[in-house]
Amino acid sequence: MLKFILRRTLLMIPQLILLSLVIFMLAKAMPGDAITGAFMGNPDATPEQIEKIREKFGLNDPWYVQYGRWLGKAVQGDFGMSYTHQQPVTTLIAGRVENTVLLSLFTAIMIYLIAIPLGIIAGRWTDSWADKLIVTYNYVAFATPTFVFALLMLFVFAFVLGWFPYTGSVDIKIESGTWAYMVSRAEHLVLPVMSGAIIGTVGTIQYLRNDIIDQKTKEYIKTARAKGVPEGRVYSRHILRNSLLPIAAFLGYEITGLIGGSVFIETIFSYQGLGQLFIQSINLRDFTVVTALVLISGTAVVVGTMLSDIILSLVDPRIRIE
Amino acid sequence: MSLLTVNDLKIHYPIRGGFFRKVVDHVRAVDGISFELQPGETYGLVGESGCGKTTSGRALIGLNKATSGEMLFEGKDLAKLSRSERRNYTKDIQMIFQDPYSSLNGRKNVLNIIAEPLRNFERLSAKEELLRVQELVARVGLSPESIYKYPHQFSGGQRQRIGIARALALNPKLIIADEPVSALDVSVQAQVLNFMQEIQEEFNLTYLFISHDLGIIQHMCDRIGIMYRGRFVEEGTADEIYNNPQHVYTKRLIAAIPEMNPEKRFEKMHLRQAINQEYQTEYNSYFDKDGRMFDLKRISDTHSVAMQ
Amino acid sequence: MKNPVLEIKDLRTSFNIKGDYYAAVDGVSITVHENEVVAIVGESGCGKSALALSVMGLHEQKNTKLDGQVNFGGQNLLTLTRSRLDKVRGKDIGMIFQDPMTALNPLATIGRQIEEPMDYHMKLSASEKKKRTLELLRRVGIKNEQRVYEQYPHELSGGMRQRVVIAIALACDPVLLLADEPTTALDVTIQAQIMDLMKELQNQMKTGIILITHDLGVVAEMADRVVVMYAGEVVEIADVKELFENPLHPYTRSLLNSIPSNMESKEKLHVIDGIVPSLQNLDRNGCRFAPRIAWIPQEDHEETPEMHEAAPNHFVRCSCYKTFYFPEDRVGEREYVATNS
Repeated sequence: MLKFILRRTLLMIPQLILLSLVIFMLAKAMPGDAITGAFMGNPDATPEQIEKIREKFGLNDPWYVQYGRWLGKAVQGDFGMSYTHQQPVTTLIAGRVENTVLLSLFTAIMIYLIAIPLGIIAGRWTDSWADKLIVTYNYVAFATPTFVFALLMLFVFAFVLGWFPYTGSVDIKIESGTWAYMVSRAEHLVLPVMSGAIIGTVGTIQYLRNDIIDQKTKEYIKTARAKGVPEGRVYSRHILRNSLLPIAAFLGYEITGLIGGSVFIETIFSYQGLGQLFIQSINLRDFTVVTALVLISGTAVVVGTMLSDIILSLVDPRIRIE
Repeated sequence: MSLLTVNDLKIHYPIRGGFFRKVVDHVRAVDGISFELQPGETYGLVGESGCGKTTSGRALIGLNKATSGEMLFEGKDLAKLSRSERRNYTKDIQMIFQDPYSSLNGRKNVLNIIAEPLRNFERLSAKEELLRVQELVARVGLSPESIYKYPHQFSGGQRQRIGIARALALNPKLIIADEPVSALDVSVQAQVLNFMQEIQEEFNLTYLFISHDLGIIQHMCDRIGIMYRGRFVEEGTADEIYNNPQHVYTKRLIAAIPEMNPEKRFEKMHLRQAINQEYQTEYNSYFDKDGRMFDLKRISDTHSVAMQ
Repeated sequence: MKNPVLEIKDLRTSFNIKGDYYAAVDGVSITVHENEVVAIVGESGCGKSALALSVMGLHEQKNTKLDGQVNFGGQNLLTLTRSRLDKVRGKDIGMIFQDPMTALNPLATIGRQIEEPMDYHMKLSASEKKKRTLELLRRVGIKNEQRVYEQYPHELSGGMRQRVVIAIALACDPVLLLADEPTTALDVTIQAQIMDLMKELQNQMKTGIILITHDLGVVAEMADRVVVMYAGEVVEIADVKELFENPLHPYTRSLLNSIPSNMESKEKLHVIDGIVPSLQNLDRNGCRFAPRIAWIPQEDHEETPEMHEAAPNHFVRCSCYKTFYFPEDRVGEREYVATNS
């Protein structure tokens, strides 16, 4: 088992190197760079001045030199300076990581809280009115773009009803560390989390419903019924147990996946997270921040996949490695 | 001269293990088998699942790669032929597959299924092609209009006959039949087996008949090779194998055929127990110290056994 | 006469196909006695598996209609509520399935799966259950039972798994076993082992067994009494010896003549003309086998074929058996007559 985990971890290294290379190339290929962005609104900058600054930031070196320098520092946690914010990228990101992790974590929990019961109901009582309702919800959720739905939530619950704040991650007037501060953070989380979760259940419900329908027809379910197992237990002990295992395994993947995926939600709710920073940085051509963020979310996906592989091999005896 | 001579054929697959997935050992799927097919005969390759019989059959038509050994078809080694040379022999060696449900492309109609080998090897005009296909379809006992139907419109037995018509399209010399009736009901089995015997005479075919069903093998085959764990344990005429089995594994297989006389059922059960006993006590005379079968040894002109 | 364990009376199992119900089991009556092995034999689509699933209540309730009676232990199983039925299944009736590769839950240990019926039908402590399970494993011929108890299905061979499936069926000392093609998915030598094991267990435990199979060899090896089914109906019932020595119904005779292992020579096997009609296309009037023996004149069949006791305890449907002959036999006769005259 240990050997499998070690092997799986080592396998990540080439994946990550490839990922970083692709990100670096793409960033380089984007029109304009940090300097063009920073000087966009300044017609007084002369070509000589710009050239001097380019030289200073090492933007005239060959690409592999730039890549090597960037990667070497990135490994040590140094992603360079943000041109627009004039502070280290690491500090900039660190200030927002907490917000995004909170958002992703609660969104993932909400997704499971909604999707698992609904998936089970739809799968167990196929073609009932409840199933039809759930399937309809699923189609609507699948067809609705996140940003449209988030805007709708914002409009109804924050603007019209005024139940929740509609911007930011916390009320800045409240002193941090107090009880009121925690409550304020929670209040600010509700709408973004719900917007992400209600739309994000699609995959899980679909998977669970299909898998339960599939498991129901398996021969070993007949065996269980022939043993005299009551119907409720046929579901809890056999069908659900087997259908839920892969979902548990995908937990790691799901959470890390959300870290890169909350761009729309954060932007719409002006929630101070990584996604919002990402969009801002793209608009400002803040090349160092963008690459750092893509690298982080990409790494999160790679790590999440690995975690899922490991969890799956732990819970499923068929792929348990000796 | 024999039509096909297989000499010490081996098909091994690597087992990877350890940290860097290095090859640590091999699965010896087929581990040195030799046999000959005479023109016009039916040779039965028998054994239980995993014994290597299907792997061997597939190697003969190039679906599996031989690790070593010779497969001489009319004196030419199939394993050493280049792709283009091999093409000529694909015409002469055809295969009938086990599952008539999955071995026919469901999106093609019968005309296209049967014409496919013709299109690959013979340049025929559309009219000639149609005539040939109609001839073949009639020969396997299907109605002429069935050539525009699709596989799902036929029963299992009819589908297997379409598979046979496809195999016959190029006038092959050797047909490898891999469990051709295992997926069919008994009465349909009879239909296909009778038919295979009829066309054998008509087209002077040689069959390599692969099966686990000893009843069918006995009915169909002139000579039989018994395979176990990738090797031959015994080879002989049908009579020798069924009435005078020498190797304990052969005896075990023969004794496993259900007894059709209800009054002898306990007799049969005791016979099986006695053979299992022999398997335990006489193990060393049938297997070497690594649990491998010995090489075949001739005990008569036609009968060989893997014993010391 | 021994006591009957199970009485199936005029059982009719119909499936919904595009809005209409078609009977796959069409008025079948069978009695199984204590310590008796009754084989139900027929080709795919004859209704034998549908019959077994009906007895166990394992059909999907939607789209299935069950009529008639399945009397067991003083009650009609067809009318029981699900919770009452669950008290019978796995306790007094055990079931053995065809494919041991799929009949076991891939994610539960063998021990757990054998103990499961005991959870619901027996009041035993955990250690008693384990003790009983290990004993069952030994009884079905598994020697390293301690190890197998902890293992998962994928770690066992097909033959071993089928032994486990049998152990599950036997877990609560049933009086009746339903075995649906128990050896079909197995290799020849494993099939022989499982047949011998079932014979031995039956000898010890004296359970009644319903053996569903398409293989007449398995019938000859295991059955006391044989029920032959064709197109949803019983066409012949006889003791096993009688059936193999003196088969009457044209279908039984045709079937016996089409098995290669039943023949000594390389003569032609008998081929039954035509195909088994599908449920929707089946003509339910008159003798259902008539279209496949078209050379027998219509007047030799009954209009509504009944079961007749042709010999003591030997029942056969329709009167066509009296004049039935194989055309290939007559060819020779006619030539013989011709040369003689």
